[in-house]
Amino acid sequence: MSEFISYTIIGIFTGAAYAIAASGLVLTYSTTRVFNIAHGAVGMVFAFVYWDFSVRQGFPVWISLILVLFVAAPLFGVFVQRVLARGLGSAPVSVSLVVTVGLLVGLIGVATQIWPPEARTLPQFFHGHLIRVGSVVITWQELITVTLSIVVAMSLYVLLTMTRIGTAMRASVDNPELLQLYGGRPQVVAALAWAVGSSLAALAGILLAPVVGLQYYDLTLLVISAYAAAMLGRLTSLPMTYVGAMALGIGQSYVVGYLQNIPFSDKVPGLPAVIPTVFLFAILVLLPQAPLRIGQVKGMVSAPVPSLGKAARWGTLLVVLVLFISVGMPDSKLLLVGTAATYAIVMLSLVLLTGYGGYVSLAQFTFAGVGAVAYSKVDQPNLFGLLVAVLIAAAVGAVVAIPVLRLTGLYLALATLAFAQLMDKLVFQASFAFKFDNPLHAERLSIFGVKVDGTGSYAVVMTVFFVLIAMVVLAVRRGRLGRILIAVRDSPAAAGTLGIDMRWLRVGLFAASAGIAGLAGALFAGLRGTIVAFDFQFFASLLLLLMAVVWGVTSVTGAAIGGIFLMYLPVAQSDNPSIAGLLFLLLGVGAVILARDPNGLANKLFQIPGWIQDSVYPAIVRRFPAMAMNKESGYDDPASLEEVDADAVAAR
Amino acid sequence: MSVPILEVVDLHAAYGRIEVLRGVDLTVPRGAVVALLGPNGAGKSTLLKVISGQMEQTSGDIHLSGVHVSGAKPDDLARVGLTTVPEGRSVFPNLTVEENLLLMSYAGVSADKVYDTAYSYFPRLYERAFQLAGTLSGGEQQMLAMARALSSDPALLLLDELSMGLAPLIVDELYDTVVQIADSGVSILVVEQFARTALEVADYAAVMTGGRIVATGEPDEINEIMADVILGGAA
Repeated sequence: MSEFISYTIIGIFTGAAYAIAASGLVLTYSTTRVFNIAHGAVGMVFAFVYWDFSVRQGFPVWISLILVLFVAAPLFGVFVQRVLARGLGSAPVSVSLVVTVGLLVGLIGVATQIWPPEARTLPQFFHGHLIRVGSVVITWQELITVTLSIVVAMSLYVLLTMTRIGTAMRASVDNPELLQLYGGRPQVVAALAWAVGSSLAALAGILLAPVVGLQYYDLTLLVISAYAAAMLGRLTSLPMTYVGAMALGIGQSYVVGYLQNIPFSDKVPGLPAVIPTVFLFAILVLLPQAPLRIGQVKGMVSAPVPSLGKAARWGTLLVVLVLFISVGMPDSKLLLVGTAATYAIVMLSLVLLTGYGGYVSLAQFTFAGVGAVAYSKVDQPNLFGLLVAVLIAAAVGAVVAIPVLRLTGLYLALATLAFAQLMDKLVFQASFAFKFDNPLHAERLSIFGVKVDGTGSYAVVMTVFFVLIAMVVLAVRRGRLGRILIAVRDSPAAAGTLGIDMRWLRVGLFAASAGIAGLAGALFAGLRGTIVAFDFQFFASLLLLLMAVVWGVTSVTGAAIGGIFLMYLPVAQSDNPSIAGLLFLLLGVGAVILARDPNGLANKLFQIPGWIQDSVYPAIVRRFPAMAMNKESGYDDPASLEEVDADAVAAR
Repeated sequence: MSVPILEVVDLHAAYGRIEVLRGVDLTVPRGAVVALLGPNGAGKSTLLKVISGQMEQTSGDIHLSGVHVSGAKPDDLARVGLTTVPEGRSVFPNLTVEENLLLMSYAGVSADKVYDTAYSYFPRLYERAFQLAGTLSGGEQQMLAMARALSSDPALLLLDELSMGLAPLIVDELYDTVVQIADSGVSILVVEQFARTALEVADYAAVMTGGRIVATGEPDEINEIMADVILGGAA
């Protein structure tokens, strides 16, 4: 019995900490419509800041707490609102997701840069002093956490319902322009919400850090519990959020405590860690349908779609280029070329899903992992084995999309996040996949009986696969299906009234995208020969998304360049360990800046010829008239004009 | 002659490259009710948006009580006594009636006074004080919107399409309230497509079409030429 009570107490403590984190998330979402994926990362960074103040610099605990909770964290929140989150509430969900994922990765970069990995401990409050009630022992940390969560709940209730600024917070969600006509200041209101939100994230981080440990990723991903709790309150209701957090904390504690009594529990060693994720997934599935937002049109200028001939020419050029550079390259470099091709193919899956479809997935590498495991387990290193891997990955993609058929973009993205976590912790670790850090073996592919054995030729084959899939993706974009995708992306309500069945379209899109990612994974398995679960980690999917956005998620060129850079990122990090964190930060900042233009840097490349023609060339001619070209030559070449026209038509 | 409460001089405004206001001149004398009429797409609502600070003009000047206010933010203008009731239901649907009233106190009148004024003019709102504004009927929502005009003690009141989507009987009631507000000395600029009711309460009227004011005068005169202006396109 006393065992039961102490599990309950641990559960209440965890639940209280989750509740604090979740209420911050709900506050920012319900006042600004920005779902802050980086909420946990904020808490993580400020747990480190608190450690820095209280342990490294030796400030008294209460001064450190005040500095972090009432100065640093609120200032950071205001900064985020002013610089990053402005106008994000009315932007498409995919943009706000990418911006906050960028913030998450950037914050992890900042933390690793300022506080390089080493063993750090954050002592509990009043460590060593215990409260005994009968046979039950309570730590001060637990008592303080539970008390604080109650204080936070009460203060938020008072703030939101009894004060004018709190009422204005709720009003600004509905109609910020009208609030301005009333004399309220939506910007101030939003800044306050972000300040309080990041302060609450910091508090949760500080309270959980002594228990979880000062780890970059563990603390960041703790937020999944907060997401789950917040989802129970449908991101708006604070009381339901608290109920969710408590249920989750206590449930998790019981599972941890009693799991060993259940037979076969050793088959799923990762189960306790994924309770919040399972909870999140379950709540997402059970959520009532979200209404379509009528009148919302999110049209944007897309990158040009090349004609078939042009794409084929560039594709051939790419293959020839890879062929040339792979000659005489050492195997270690060739592996990198193959890896770049893998990443580029995975990015193609994002071009289809995010660039054309407008849905964000945070699990592309997980799908790649499914493909890789399938390829390795089927053990048919030929096109048949590849096809099986693709189909399995596609089926898994559909399985993720079907339960959340009824929901909108944000929930779908969260479902992929939950799925990636589940796969990371549960399935990839299970005995039928990687087990724990156990490498799997795979053979090189043979095509129609010809085995592609050399690493160089394998890299070329992978490039060919990239080019072929790119052509397919472009063909889809040019055709009827592509038009439907764009229509659904830009105005779901209008597309719905045209009789397009968006739900199955979405499942198909997810399956296709997962299939492409699975193909990449299978090819990757063949390339490496041995694969480990680490290759397909959840965090890599975040980097992939950011890289795709930076280079342009609407074009195949963006995918190719993005793949190369994603391959180069870990290489650069291991070459320059001193700035490893800065590179993450750079990527995060890049994504934050470019998220509003999903065409990315690749589209800027496309604009260079036009820019030279329209601005640079006339300027040069004005200054040096001798350099003027003849009318017949160069840019006015009728053949190239025709091609441009064809592209413009295709883009429409 | 005293300084007019609102003076708009040669105002131009555009959405991107499409110019909507092409040199609007309009004066609202202190304490007067001015009706601004005109067909769809004449630029009436855009004019109100520019005056209330929600949109920036491309050129031209706006003076409120003789003070040049171009470039001011809507929240600042609201706090110095410009009350704008935009078209449609200008209430927060997910807040209760009382919370809506609480937010009206940003304009500078204490919340208790706002409640007093609103509930004494519209006892119906008192009955629904804790009901979400989104669940009120259209007329009740417009009452709530008018409560802001009544209680915030404005220097100038801008009303955009009060009658939109409401039954004629309710429109008449709302205009009774407009008269009450006018009698307390507030200057009002009423924008309407539906001319009759607005002209009955107005001291002066102006007709706008194609982004310009094409006629001004006494309500009776305007009433006579309205048909020509709207149907014949005098611009």
